[in-house]
Amino acid sequence: MEQYSSKVMEHFAQPHNVGEIENADGVGTVGNPVCGDVMRLYIKVDNNTITDAKFKTFGCGAAIATSSMVTDLVKGKTIDEALQISNAAVAEALGGLPKVKMHCSVLAEEALKSALDDYYKKKGIPSPVKMPAESGHEHEME
Amino acid sequence: MLIMRKVYLDHAATTPAHPKVVEAMLPYFTGKFGNPSNLHDPGREAKNAVEDARAKTAALINARPEEIFFTSSGTESNNFAIKGLAQANSQKGNHIIVSQVEHFSVLHPVKTLEKAGFKVTSISPDKEGFIDPAEVAKAITKETVLVSIMHSNNEIGTLQPIEEIGKITREKGVLFHTDAVASVGWVPVDVAALGVDALSLSAHQFYGPKGAAALFVRKGVRIKPQIEGGVQEDGRRGGTENVPALVGLGKAAEIAAVDLPARMKQISSLRDKLLTGMGERIPDMIVNGHPTRRLPNNVNVSFLYVEGESMLLFLNMDGIYVSSGSACTSRSLKSSHVLSCIGTDAAAANGTLLMTLGTGTSGEDIDYVLEKLPPIVQRLREMSPLYEDVVKKRKTS
Repeated sequence: MEQYSSKVMEHFAQPHNVGEIENADGVGTVGNPVCGDVMRLYIKVDNNTITDAKFKTFGCGAAIATSSMVTDLVKGKTIDEALQISNAAVAEALGGLPKVKMHCSVLAEEALKSALDDYYKKKGIPSPVKMPAESGHEHEME
Repeated sequence: MLIMRKVYLDHAATTPAHPKVVEAMLPYFTGKFGNPSNLHDPGREAKNAVEDARAKTAALINARPEEIFFTSSGTESNNFAIKGLAQANSQKGNHIIVSQVEHFSVLHPVKTLEKAGFKVTSISPDKEGFIDPAEVAKAITKETVLVSIMHSNNEIGTLQPIEEIGKITREKGVLFHTDAVASVGWVPVDVAALGVDALSLSAHQFYGPKGAAALFVRKGVRIKPQIEGGVQEDGRRGGTENVPALVGLGKAAEIAAVDLPARMKQISSLRDKLLTGMGERIPDMIVNGHPTRRLPNNVNVSFLYVEGESMLLFLNMDGIYVSSGSACTSRSLKSSHVLSCIGTDAAAANGTLLMTLGTGTSGEDIDYVLEKLPPIVQRLREMSPLYEDVVKKRKTS
């Protein structure tokens, strides 16, 4: 297996923004324990700006690092800006991910979109969020 | 400066070569470099070394030297056994019986034979990983040419009732191969008592070098060569012998034959200390396999609500080296087929650690693991949404 970048290891060993937000404005949970990753992302929104983001993740090193990175990236962004954050941007900010772990960055994008979708629902506004296409997480033969 | 303790608990992946093994091998790279196929003195010197290694390997498993065929790996031995025995005896029938928890070096050649027209019965294990000999007996038909059931499972350590299965195959006149790669050097293996016709073993699994392995084939049993074009190994396996590595295998076998009882006693008591210690310190832990009928050095546990790779990476930072059965640690992103066959919940399988002890493992090493592991599991649980849900549920109920 390819090695993790030092940036990934940094975010894995000391992840930023771990935890819950009480009375969060948006919460998204994505993934499947059978596949080995579940991400839950909490956001706090003030005046159309994401003022806080926290996460809880069950998963591998890459899953934890991408969760940490996506919460870092989203803080201080407006909702519209946050909607533009792609899995590629998360992976790039981490100095790249091994090919077999790219689905973790897709999961991070999905978790964010799912939290934003929840935010719109809670507000009673029709959600403009488009969930990304299913990750390239195909199970091949051992 | 404080030197960090290093605890290698992945002996099922590979062992270091014993210093005496390395010492025995070294002359055969330089001074005694001859090719065993040559009749001159250097050739005969190498030939004698290979035959000495053969005798020592045979002695470890109570076989005759002429029943030992050297190969390059456990994988090659298993491929040789499955394809070679099935193909050489296909005039008798075309049915093969295996278990679902075999190593892929057995399952994949079996799949290849299936594509070529063989019929395959795959026996499922019980929840501790055992194959019921009665199931094997029931599966045998007039067409059955080969039964292959592993001696012990490389992941969960379960020791199979090989002797009982051997009685059945002998009675029914069916060939019986056992993959003993995980067993040889760790538990007594006696081909006469087991009643097997073929058995695979690999040197680097028990303090020998990588690149040396063997297949025992009982005298009189026909096997089709898989590597052709050489007279080596009585024409059954061509290719110039890896003389230094085979010398190393012989030495490792000689050491194992002497050390085995002490090795088993020491390692199984440390294994129990590790298992008990983890059970006392970490809640929501599942032990995979059988509590006692398992390899003396094998610990396989699942920690609920956490994922294996992240545990492995944190342990690595503390100088503790283990394996995991999680989907994320495998290239295929699939969790262990063995755990899924014994009915381990898929989410729990992703939180599996495989820890295999060795002769160098000390009580202090185990204490160190028992100090480092519980906070890692706890930290990852506090980060886990699965754990958060469980804690909330427990509070409300």
